[in-house]
Amino acid sequence: MKIAIPADEKSLESGVCPSFGRAPYFLIYDTETNESEFIDNSAAASQGGAGVKAGQTIVDSKARALITPRCGENAAMAMHAANIKIYKSIEGSIMDNINALTQGKLSILEEIHPGFHGHHGGN
Amino acid sequence: MKIAVLSGKGGTGKTLVSVNLAAAAGKSTYIDCDVEEPNGHLFFKPADVKSESVTVKKPLIDSQLCSGCRKCVDFCKFNALAYVGGRVILFDDICHSCGGCALFCPEKAISEREKSVGYVQSGMSEDVSVITGIMNTGEASGVPIIKRLLENLPEDDKPVFIDCPPGSACIVMESIKDADYCLLVAEPTIFGAHNLSMVYRLVKLFGKPHGVVLNKCLEGDNPSERFCVENGINILGSIPFDSELGTLNSNALIAARESAKYGKLFNSFLETVAREVQHEAAVNS
Repeated sequence: MKIAIPADEKSLESGVCPSFGRAPYFLIYDTETNESEFIDNSAAASQGGAGVKAGQTIVDSKARALITPRCGENAAMAMHAANIKIYKSIEGSIMDNINALTQGKLSILEEIHPGFHGHHGGN
Repeated sequence: MKIAVLSGKGGTGKTLVSVNLAAAAGKSTYIDCDVEEPNGHLFFKPADVKSESVTVKKPLIDSQLCSGCRKCVDFCKFNALAYVGGRVILFDDICHSCGGCALFCPEKAISEREKSVGYVQSGMSEDVSVITGIMNTGEASGVPIIKRLLENLPEDDKPVFIDCPPGSACIVMESIKDADYCLLVAEPTIFGAHNLSMVYRLVKLFGKPHGVVLNKCLEGDNPSERFCVENGINILGSIPFDSELGTLNSNALIAARESAKYGKLFNSFLETVAREVQHEAAVNS
C-alpha cells in the first residue's frame, strides 16, 4: 500500500509538515517494497485552493492513505472521493509515523477544519 | 457625485456618517455595500421595498460527456476543480465564476448554472432612495452583490452615498472603484489611527480624492488627527462623543432628521464634501 505524508524536508528522518496543502514536499512510501519517493507539492505557492490541488497530487500518486496533522474540508472531500483514508500524525519523524501506521497505532483524523478562503481579509 | 464612506475597521461610524449625509442631502441615493451585515436600512426603514436575487454562474459537469482530459482542472487558476475517481469535482466556494472551464472543455461537457448568492433590496425613505445588498449566509464573497449594487446607477444630479464594508480587502476595492470621493471615518485611538492608515493607503493606491471625518471626538490627544496632520490629509470635520447622538443612533433614529444641531452638522459636512468633489473635478479637468 502507498502512503502519502506532507514533509518539510526530503528525508525520512524529518518531521511531518504541519500544513497539508502548503507542504513543500510529499513523501509517497510503498509499504510493500519499502520504496520512498519525495515529490514537489505544486500547490505550495497557490494563491488559493491549495488543499484541492495538493489533494489532486495525492490522488494521482495512487496513495491509499494520508498521514497528516491537519486537513481542510476541500482536501478531505477529494480524499473521500478517492477512498483515501486520512490518519492523524503523531509526534516524531516521518518514519516513526509510517511504522505507527503499519502497526495499526494511528487513528483516523476526525477534525476537518474549514477552508481559509475569504477569511483572511486580503483576498 | 459618488461618495464612498469607508474605514479600516468596523464600528467607527461609516453607517452613521453615510446615513446622515444622505438624510441631510434630501434627494439622494444611499447604497449599503456592507453586504455581510447591512444595517443602514434599520435607520431609514424604507417603504415599498422591492427585492431581486443576485446570481453567479457555476460550472455544471456532465460526467457522461467528460473524457477525463483534465483541461478544465489544469486551466483553473483558483484550483476549484479536481479529477478524482474518474470524474471532475467542483469546489463551489473556491470557484470565481470565470467560465473558463466551460470554454476550454473540448467535449462540451461543462455548462453553466445560475446560483443565488444574495439579493438587493430597494425602497424609499422620504426623498432618499435606499438600496441594500444582502449576502446569503455561508457565501465566501460579496463581490458579485456589490457589482450589482453599483451598476446601473441613475446618471442624474442626485448625490450617491456608498456605505462600504470595513477593512481594505476585495469587497472594499469593488465598493470604491467608481467613487468620485472617499470619506474615511476614524476613531480617536491608536488602533483607530492604525486602521485609518490602512484605508488611507488603499485610497492613495486607487488615486481617489479623499478626506477624513474624525468620529467619537473627546478632549485631549487624538491619534487619528495626529496621523492626518503628519500625512497632510484633509480633515473635513469631527463628530463629538456625545450621549445625545449615541441615544438617537442606538434607537435607530437618524440624527440629521431628529436633531437641529446634528442636521446642521451633517449639512455642513455635506457642503464641505461637495466643495471638495467640485474642487477635485476642476483640478483634474
